Amino acid sequence: MALTGSPPPGAAGSPPPGSFARAGRGARLLGSGRGGTVISTVSTIVVLGVLAAIFLLAPGARAVEHAFFSPQHMWQSFIGNPSQGYYSVGAAIWLNIRMFLVAEVLILALALLIALIRQSAHPALFPIRILATGYVDFFRGVPLILVIFAIGLGVPALSLPVVSSQSNAVYGVTALVLSYSAYVSEVYRAGLNSVHQSQVAAARSLGLRHWQALRHVILPQAVRNIIPPLLNDFISLQKDTALVGILGTIEANKAADIYSEQVFNFSSFTVAAILFLILTIPLARFTDRLIERDRRRRLAGAVA
Amino acid sequence: MSTGAAAAMPVAGDEAVRIEGLHKSFGTNEVLKGIDLSVATHEVVCLIGASGSGKSTLLRCVNLLEPIDSGRITLWGQEITGPDTDPNLVRRHVGIVFQAFNLFPHMTVLRNVTLAPAKVRRIPRAEAEEEARALLGRFGLADKEADFPDRLSGGQQQRVAIVRALAMKPQIMLLDEVTSALDPELVAEVLDVIRELAGTGMTMVIATHEMGFARDIARRVCFLEEGRIIEDAPPAELFTNPRDERTRRFLRRIVDAGRL
Repeated sequence: MALTGSPPPGAAGSPPPGSFARAGRGARLLGSGRGGTVISTVSTIVVLGVLAAIFLLAPGARAVEHAFFSPQHMWQSFIGNPSQGYYSVGAAIWLNIRMFLVAEVLILALALLIALIRQSAHPALFPIRILATGYVDFFRGVPLILVIFAIGLGVPALSLPVVSSQSNAVYGVTALVLSYSAYVSEVYRAGLNSVHQSQVAAARSLGLRHWQALRHVILPQAVRNIIPPLLNDFISLQKDTALVGILGTIEANKAADIYSEQVFNFSSFTVAAILFLILTIPLARFTDRLIERDRRRRLAGAVA
Repeated sequence: MSTGAAAAMPVAGDEAVRIEGLHKSFGTNEVLKGIDLSVATHEVVCLIGASGSGKSTLLRCVNLLEPIDSGRITLWGQEITGPDTDPNLVRRHVGIVFQAFNLFPHMTVLRNVTLAPAKVRRIPRAEAEEEARALLGRFGLADKEADFPDRLSGGQQQRVAIVRALAMKPQIMLLDEVTSALDPELVAEVLDVIRELAGTGMTMVIATHEMGFARDIARRVCFLEEGRIIEDAPPAELFTNPRDERTRRFLRRIVDAGRL
């Protein structure tokens, strides 16, 4: 920069000598356009090449390749063969998807309820508020895998009518909902807090009742602010449906596990991993798009 | 209540707002220290005073946005500060406009204006929109109904906020420093709207720093300092011949700042 070094010779207020333009390489490197594309392409190739070389040149490369990436085993585990004692990982992922979708809807509703209870100021709701706080503390503190065990083994053992005779997938989803609602309720709470009090005042001053202000003014703004962190939690949830397999439910991870035990090859886990990636990556990119759109909207708002 | 108000005190049936012995504290900070004020139907009263003198809090108390500590507020003889008042019913008759507009950023201008009529007055949406369009047109906002608030200038946003309050067909309007957040060149368009409102006979209590405007529009001007009404007089009197030394000191500062 031209402005370093001795102070400008003129009196205060006189124009500084020299130009403010960035000198030399920096200008080109930071610029977008063709130069930038070439640089990013080259660096991507170099990084991927180095990683591939490390993997392929490792002493155990062949063994790992056979155990984890055998195309034949990957295909076998993907389509499954019940007569050989193993299930299709490709079919089992549907159970993960169904568990995810059901859990997501229930979590969105339960978490909102918890958040609203914790945010309410009404004195009559004090005991429920304490319960809600205890709920969040408990389920955020206990590892999800323990919750799944507790529900999946404990509830059937109670021998209650209806409740104790559900499938393991139902118990798994229940555990996911209980655990994730605690987290998601905190996300909701952050969203509710992000809406300025003056919005409440404006809504109430027009004669809207408390729940009307909440429904039409506060919640829409709160939810808009928390869509990225909400989707982030759901990306987690998609993967965590795999934990339900510990109850014996044949979801993708459990199916892969059974295959590996029958055939002594881990390629089935690679198939499960690829299937989970296919599920989560689109959601991750969608989240990025929303964040970017939100950023542009805020910038446009600031300029206007 | 100071002497100026006594002369202007309207007959009882004509009294829109009556505030008696109003006290309000935030924690240990007593913001209103015994306010007495009466506003007649169709009257325009301006509240002036330094920031922190209690003008905004007073208006928010009348809209029941702030619970009061002691005292009474009555509208046309009906107490609204009692325990069995439904604040939502009061607010249907008392509109308030805020310094920072407080438009709903996730709604278009039209939705901002129609939300309360549709949900509180429970009129059909089409009817609410028709009313809203008429009001928007009257205040030069006809082409803005589909815009979101962040696309509008500050002056336009504040006019929409006024229209939003008017859409509830209030009998009283409270304006809380509605031009204080505006760029100087946008102040006039908002003041014009308020003048038009005053022309229709709207009862208004206006907290403002625009002394010239207060002198033009108000029938009475109240000077507040530290939570008390120090002086309450017609503008010609208060601005040219203030009785109280504190009023004189305040006005001198305003004149020195080039605002009067």
